[in-house]
Amino acid sequence: MRHQRIAFGVMVAFFALAPLAMYPIFLMKVMCFALFACAFNLLIGFGGLLSFGHAMFLGIAGYGSAHAAKVWGLTPEIAILTGTAAATALGLITGLIAIRRQGIYFAMITLALAQMVYFFSLQANFTGGEDGIQAVPRGMLFGVLDLKDVWAMYATVLATFIAGFLLIYRAIHSPFGQVLKAIRENEPRALSLGYDINRYKLLAYVLSAGLAGLAGATKSIVFQLASLTDVHWTMSGEVVLMCLVGGLGTVFGPVVGALVIVAMANYLAQLGAWVTVVQGVIFVVCVLTFRRGIVGELGHFLKKPL
Amino acid sequence: MNLKRKLSSIAVALAVSAGAVQAQVSDGVIKIGVLNDMSGLYADLTGPGSVVAARMAVEDFGAAKKGMKVEIISADHQNKPDVGSTIARTWYDTDKVDVIVDVPTSSVALAVSQITRDKGKAFLVSGAATSDLTGKACSPNTIHWTYDTWMLANGTGNAIVKTGGDSWYFLTADYAFGHALERDTEAVVLKTGGKVLGKVRHPLSTQDFSSFLLQAQASKAKIIGLANAGGDTINSIKQAAEFGIVKGGQNLAGLLVFLTDVKALGLQTAQGLIFTETFYWDQNDASRAFAKRFSEQAPRNNYPTMIHAGVYSAVLHYLKAVEAIKSDDGTKVIAQMKKMPTDDPLFGKGSIRADGRKLHPALLVEVKKPAESKGPWDLYKIRTTLPAEQAFRPMSEGDCPLVK
Repeated sequence: MRHQRIAFGVMVAFFALAPLAMYPIFLMKVMCFALFACAFNLLIGFGGLLSFGHAMFLGIAGYGSAHAAKVWGLTPEIAILTGTAAATALGLITGLIAIRRQGIYFAMITLALAQMVYFFSLQANFTGGEDGIQAVPRGMLFGVLDLKDVWAMYATVLATFIAGFLLIYRAIHSPFGQVLKAIRENEPRALSLGYDINRYKLLAYVLSAGLAGLAGATKSIVFQLASLTDVHWTMSGEVVLMCLVGGLGTVFGPVVGALVIVAMANYLAQLGAWVTVVQGVIFVVCVLTFRRGIVGELGHFLKKPL
Repeated sequence: MNLKRKLSSIAVALAVSAGAVQAQVSDGVIKIGVLNDMSGLYADLTGPGSVVAARMAVEDFGAAKKGMKVEIISADHQNKPDVGSTIARTWYDTDKVDVIVDVPTSSVALAVSQITRDKGKAFLVSGAATSDLTGKACSPNTIHWTYDTWMLANGTGNAIVKTGGDSWYFLTADYAFGHALERDTEAVVLKTGGKVLGKVRHPLSTQDFSSFLLQAQASKAKIIGLANAGGDTINSIKQAAEFGIVKGGQNLAGLLVFLTDVKALGLQTAQGLIFTETFYWDQNDASRAFAKRFSEQAPRNNYPTMIHAGVYSAVLHYLKAVEAIKSDDGTKVIAQMKKMPTDDPLFGKGSIRADGRKLHPALLVEVKKPAESKGPWDLYKIRTTLPAEQAFRPMSEGDCPLVK
């Protein structure tokens, strides 16, 4: 456990000190996506459920919190909670349908549901269609802290990210997490041991949806914009890529993966459409040469799970 | 925790001192960011051509001779508001960009306008169309240069209703621009005694218009108004020809058509289309000379669209204003630009209104028949010229909060 604590310390120190040298908005984006990827990893890395529709939670929470902050005029913390609640509710509904199947069928059901949410977002009035919800006010956190100040915003995002991360860490290392791993390894055996696997799967799914929602809700407050990009299926693909590059089923992998992918999208932006090609090449290289991902390989080398 | 608080206060102090340095004529360089669609459906009518136009404006202004250092950078916003606003924010925060120009796609332009206002920089819109930029979303940091949806609706809508096209059906791109163009055109049609039989909305960048066109055909409206642009307009006109819509007695009204669209369609398909522009390369000697120089540098030797001309004109006027007040503070430069009358070889003499609307005449043009065209880019006949006061929406009708 000690090395994981050290790794956690390194990660917190990185995000606390990095804004001195790097562009804070970029780092906030990294943290939002890192939380999103961690939430996704909880489902695939520990539950063995490959969801191909996680963008719906990120997106719907973004719309929820943007709408709450802009139209209802709520304070940012309540807006973020509204978005998270919306994603959790969506997770419960879609989860009840999706967990009835495994493997490719599970992935296809989640993809289909996510596409429904996408078209709903495109057509519904409150989402603003192609325009998205623009000029979302950042507002005053708890009515006192002005989030227009970039450092106040940064601290809020950092705190949200750490809280979400610790919640996932706790879930993985609890008896609940152990049962999830058992289900991942051998579902019939877990069933024969007397575990109600559907309840465990649903709980993991809803937890993952809620945390993905937390990331999306925070993101739309940071960027003051909720848009279709976050609900689009390519976003669901991108989060798979983040987890794979960082290391599936590792605790810190998704964070590293998110950092790599977001940095690529950011610094290669002038290549335009070629970013997707580069991402594709990285995906292939990753799967062919280091299947455990960056953190997975590192952990294997150190002989300690990270 | 204590350490972190200390660190963050150091960071704040650093940020503040960096801000103070920037407030003086920022680092001696005027940095112009051209933000538009470099690879998608609007790439031909804005895209790399706008960068060429901006560069020509810097050359013609003689920045080097006057000892001013001007840099131009560009980026592709992929027509997505989130990508565009991220680039704009990064440009202002870390790349020390002083002014952003062009920005087609109204939804992106509205987002960039908001960020520009928050950061106190300058934003010169040439590519985007929505009249909201000088209406309810107007800003002291934004000037809307080349054209807008009200102007297009007023010019084209009036001309078509007057020649008997009094029942309309709209085919509208489903985002800020399409909605604004449809709204403004509908108002003109109703005002001049026409009627609107219905409308259908299609997603931005659609490949297959068949179901939308069939609905338009079934409506039996005399005019099918295309409230879309670029690749969408090209596709809908081509596919309408395949469905025999024009042969069946209905007419198409392209509400926003650019030179490069007509070129892509070919005169055989596009002939007879009537629409409104603010610039055509074959107007006078100055515009012809500009077009020739432009096409030598432009991708595929394209001729300039009105958006390219607008970028040239806007950048030229911006640099004049910076020279006059010796500062590149966004809010001050925009105020100075509004104060000075505009004068350039492409749009002639003009002015900028308090709500940020640049005024110049509009041209009602008709696409030539293949037999009438004498060269590869000889595409339009100019039917009438609308004087600036009639071409654009009166300031009192715009609901701009700045001038109330």
